[in-house]
Amino acid sequence: MTGIDFDTAHLLAGSLVLVSFLELYQDRLYALLNFYALHALVLAASVAWQAFIQDAPHLYVTAAIALGFKAIVIPVALHRIIVRLGIHREIEKVVGVGTAMLAGIGLVALSMVVMLRVTQEADPLAREDLAFALAVVLLGLLMMVTRRNAVSQVVGFMSLENGLVLAATGAKGMPLVVEISVAFSILIAFIVIGIFLFRIRERFDTVDVQVLDLFRGERR
Amino acid sequence: MTFDGVTFNASAGVLLIPACAAALLAVMPDYRVTARLNVLATTLTLICALSLFFGRPQPSAYLLVDDLNGTFIVLTTFVGFTTSIFSASYIGHELEIGRLTPPFVRFYHAMYQVLMFAMNLALIANNIGLMWVAIELATLTTVLMVGIYRTHEALEAAWKYFILGSVGIALALFGTILVYMAARPVIGEGLDAMEWTVLVSRAAAFDPALLDVAFVFLLLGYGTKVGLAPLHAWLPDAHAEGPTPISAVLSGLLLNVALYALLRFKMLLAVNPEALAPGPLMVTLGLLSAVFAAFMLYRRRDIKRLFAYSSIEHMGIITFAFGMGGPLANFAGLLHMTMHSLTKSAIFFAVGHVAQVKGTQRIADMGGLIETHPVLGWGLILGVVAIAGLPPLGIFMSEFLVVSSTFARAPLLAIILVFGILVALAGLFLRLNSIAFGEPRGPSAKAEASYVPMFTHLALVLAAGIYMPPALVAWFQNVAGLLG
Repeated sequence: MTGIDFDTAHLLAGSLVLVSFLELYQDRLYALLNFYALHALVLAASVAWQAFIQDAPHLYVTAAIALGFKAIVIPVALHRIIVRLGIHREIEKVVGVGTAMLAGIGLVALSMVVMLRVTQEADPLAREDLAFALAVVLLGLLMMVTRRNAVSQVVGFMSLENGLVLAATGAKGMPLVVEISVAFSILIAFIVIGIFLFRIRERFDTVDVQVLDLFRGERR
Repeated sequence: MTFDGVTFNASAGVLLIPACAAALLAVMPDYRVTARLNVLATTLTLICALSLFFGRPQPSAYLLVDDLNGTFIVLTTFVGFTTSIFSASYIGHELEIGRLTPPFVRFYHAMYQVLMFAMNLALIANNIGLMWVAIELATLTTVLMVGIYRTHEALEAAWKYFILGSVGIALALFGTILVYMAARPVIGEGLDAMEWTVLVSRAAAFDPALLDVAFVFLLLGYGTKVGLAPLHAWLPDAHAEGPTPISAVLSGLLLNVALYALLRFKMLLAVNPEALAPGPLMVTLGLLSAVFAAFMLYRRRDIKRLFAYSSIEHMGIITFAFGMGGPLANFAGLLHMTMHSLTKSAIFFAVGHVAQVKGTQRIADMGGLIETHPVLGWGLILGVVAIAGLPPLGIFMSEFLVVSSTFARAPLLAIILVFGILVALAGLFLRLNSIAFGEPRGPSAKAEASYVPMFTHLALVLAAGIYMPPALVAWFQNVAGLLG
């Protein structure tokens, strides 16, 4: 593998982590969706580059799905949903920006330490991709727990899935079955979520998950 | 038709029948027909599953039937079959009182078959990626079914289940990718490196460090679906707010399917001498779940939540037994899993009808069940006696085996486990007392119940507690040996 191939792949995977950080502190839903679109765009570029350097044409399909579906269709649809629900203003946060960022840095460090240590024998590209992918997964998780709004939790979940796709494409020669099914399951998940968001609106007049918590637990 | 043709049909049958039935049920409007068709489909699937005992196909790149998953498939299709009978009368009542409308019932029946398809696929898959996809599909269908009543609580439960379940599933996928990464240098690229039979034959040469990390992710991921504490938060809500047949299938089957996935990967690690021993991790989580859930039984006000926590307790015991490993503990774990599936679904059959006749799930609003509804009341009592682990029922025997095999090897762990079991027993009887005995409370209208599934399960549990046929014992011993 030549230097430039490796460096570009490294750059793109690293950018994905960076965009995850950018998502972490967005406090408006529109901005969050835009950054999610960027996240998906970087993923598409990263996957396409992997397809090129691995000489694995089927990965272009995954890249196309990331580009068309995740970077365009989903953000546009979610835009429309939040307008329809009238919740395109502030995002509430459970913890502050500073704490979330610090936690994020800690998680990235953790994933580097864990993945680089256990993959010493794997080829360097796969190693770094896995480390970055784990960082993206953990940042997605962090976003899900620091947000209360159902829409931003879903965005957190979708960036988590982007991390998984990065890991799957980094693992050289992983069968296509899984990649297509990952994309497919995102589609299903999205439909489910869409239904849920509408239903939640119908019943509660809010998508703030905190309000749902009022109903939790035992019947009094 | 050749013998090969027959066996091929059987393994494809457990997948094709539910898939076709789901498509058919999705378009058929009449409730009475669809409920019967649902039962018919599960019957045919059960017959197919049973025929796997008499000849099974060669493992292909995607499908595999061996003694281990054969056991799980038969259990799954059997409970799926009895639950569909219960479901017919349960859903009929929900339709009558207007809690569900005909379009939702149609949707429910289609989803029931999709769930059966997904669970069978997860069990029969020879490819770890395919298994993951199937478990994800099963999660999504149950999310939709948990939210089917469209109440505040149901939607909240479904949302919580969806979010936690997806995170678990995502972690499991990361673990799956890591397993592939570990396998790739040894097996080479492509489909082979995800094929279970190939993986297990070559796992000794895998990089142990990668396998360790992979197992941690898989344990957290699939462990969420098993409902192990502290990853169990979705389970009580999902059980309490969905339709009761789904609670029965969740507790009795889906938790097992997730555990099965975990066991497969445990077997993979066992082959590699340098990888970490997965046992202690499973033992810790299992013990934690069992003791934690036992204490949680005391403050339950909702009857379905009560038994949901009891499921966490029992899944903890089963995970503990498999974590201990060895022929005896594995045998005990398999037996306990089978007994728990049968008993817990029988209890949910009873609970479903009780909640329908009383019009509530609040324990405080039901009482004196043996006076108002003697058959239902005594059925529930028998079920609780069984699940609490009293002799002479089957769970007593399996719990006894778990405890006695542990005493020989780790007495301290056995003491903690016994403590948990006793705490749970007292908690269950405390609640049972106010449900079944005392002043009758709540409506006492006659129940239009189907008792057959409930008493069939309980009779099987009783029979297993009194006399286990040697053939069955030999079978379980054989499977326990496979688990290592």
